[in-house]
Amino acid sequence: MGTVEYIQHHLTNNTIGEGFWTFNMDTIVISFLLGALIVLTAARMGKSLQAGTPGGFQNFVESILDFVSTNVRDAFPGHNPLIAPLALTIFIWVWLMNFMDLIPVDLVPYLYQLITGDHHAYLKIVPTTDLNTTLAMAFAVFALIIYYNIKIKGLGGFIKMFLFHPFGKFFVPVNVVMTLIEEVSKPLSLALRLFGNMFAGELVFLLIALIGGTLAVGAAALFWAPLQVLLDLGWLIFHLLVITLQAFIFMVLTIVYLGMAHDEGH
Amino acid sequence: MSINATLLIQIIAFVLLVWFVNKVLWGPLSKLMEERQKKIADGLSAAEKGKHELELAEQKAKEVLKDAKAQAQNILSQAEKRGSEIVEDAKVKANEEADRIKAAAQAEIAQEVSRAREDLRKEVASLVVTGAEKILKKEVDAAVHNDMLDTLVKSI
Repeated sequence: MGTVEYIQHHLTNNTIGEGFWTFNMDTIVISFLLGALIVLTAARMGKSLQAGTPGGFQNFVESILDFVSTNVRDAFPGHNPLIAPLALTIFIWVWLMNFMDLIPVDLVPYLYQLITGDHHAYLKIVPTTDLNTTLAMAFAVFALIIYYNIKIKGLGGFIKMFLFHPFGKFFVPVNVVMTLIEEVSKPLSLALRLFGNMFAGELVFLLIALIGGTLAVGAAALFWAPLQVLLDLGWLIFHLLVITLQAFIFMVLTIVYLGMAHDEGH
Repeated sequence: MSINATLLIQIIAFVLLVWFVNKVLWGPLSKLMEERQKKIADGLSAAEKGKHELELAEQKAKEVLKDAKAQAQNILSQAEKRGSEIVEDAKVKANEEADRIKAAAQAEIAQEVSRAREDLRKEVASLVVTGAEKILKKEVDAAVHNDMLDTLVKSI
């Protein structure tokens, strides 16, 4: 298998259906499994919550909760009981989906091919390298932004924001275009940033994996295989930062955008 | 890599997950943490209050102690004063008693002296009379010569 085919194979989803009604089964199943993992772990922990002396895992989860609620307090004016759980969900779910990136790139597809017996079966295990996942979250956040814009400012206030912002009443057409771009760029930047980072990260992992795969022939493997291990380890450690940072950025921007939607003075 | 119906599924999944996370993770745990925070704050304020009360009690104890000391001092000085008064009284009384006893003794002595003098006078008078009788060899009428004898006695 050539280099190009190898990479393309790894970046193709396992799909069912055709045209728009295509379902990326790997994305859906893995993100559902990770979501279920969050819910089940939380439910299991919920049975043995300790008020006075929290144990190891509860302590860990509490520190995440504390971290998220601190961010919400810092970036979100006023009070909305939806924001903190929303931010928490984004942070944990995105982080877990990103974390799939750190599993050796060939491991899960290889196992899947063994199980199904189909040696050309596609499997892309990082849901956040699928634009559908990142856009889905971004659209959900966008819907909330519009909902709270209208709820807090009123329909009139929302339209007024489009007409008179940012240049005042003499530039109404310009204002409409500017505000439209500003609003639409919010979900797009959210989705594309996460997607781009994860996709690029995955690509680098694939390229590093190729070092051993294509160049390590015979005695040369003595040189290339350790290099691959070293590079993989380096990129893995760096990527551990990236996945956390991207999950954090998605969360914080969601909080900030919703905070702007709640800001009446705008 | 194209946008397709996966998007719709993922939106539904995301919304459901937010709902679940709120229900099983955020809700109970944040409530728990809030309660714990409140408990800790209550405990801290109670400790603060206790400390303040202890300070007040200490101050009060100091005041009571100071009062007691002052009172003790007062009682002590009063007792001393009373004691010296009693001693002074006793002295005065003893002096008086001594004076009285001395005066009585002196009076008795004076009485004794005068009585002795009287006795002596009488003795002398009778001696004189007896002497004179012997000298005159005759009876002397005591009644007749009483005046003369009295004068004689007095001159002794």
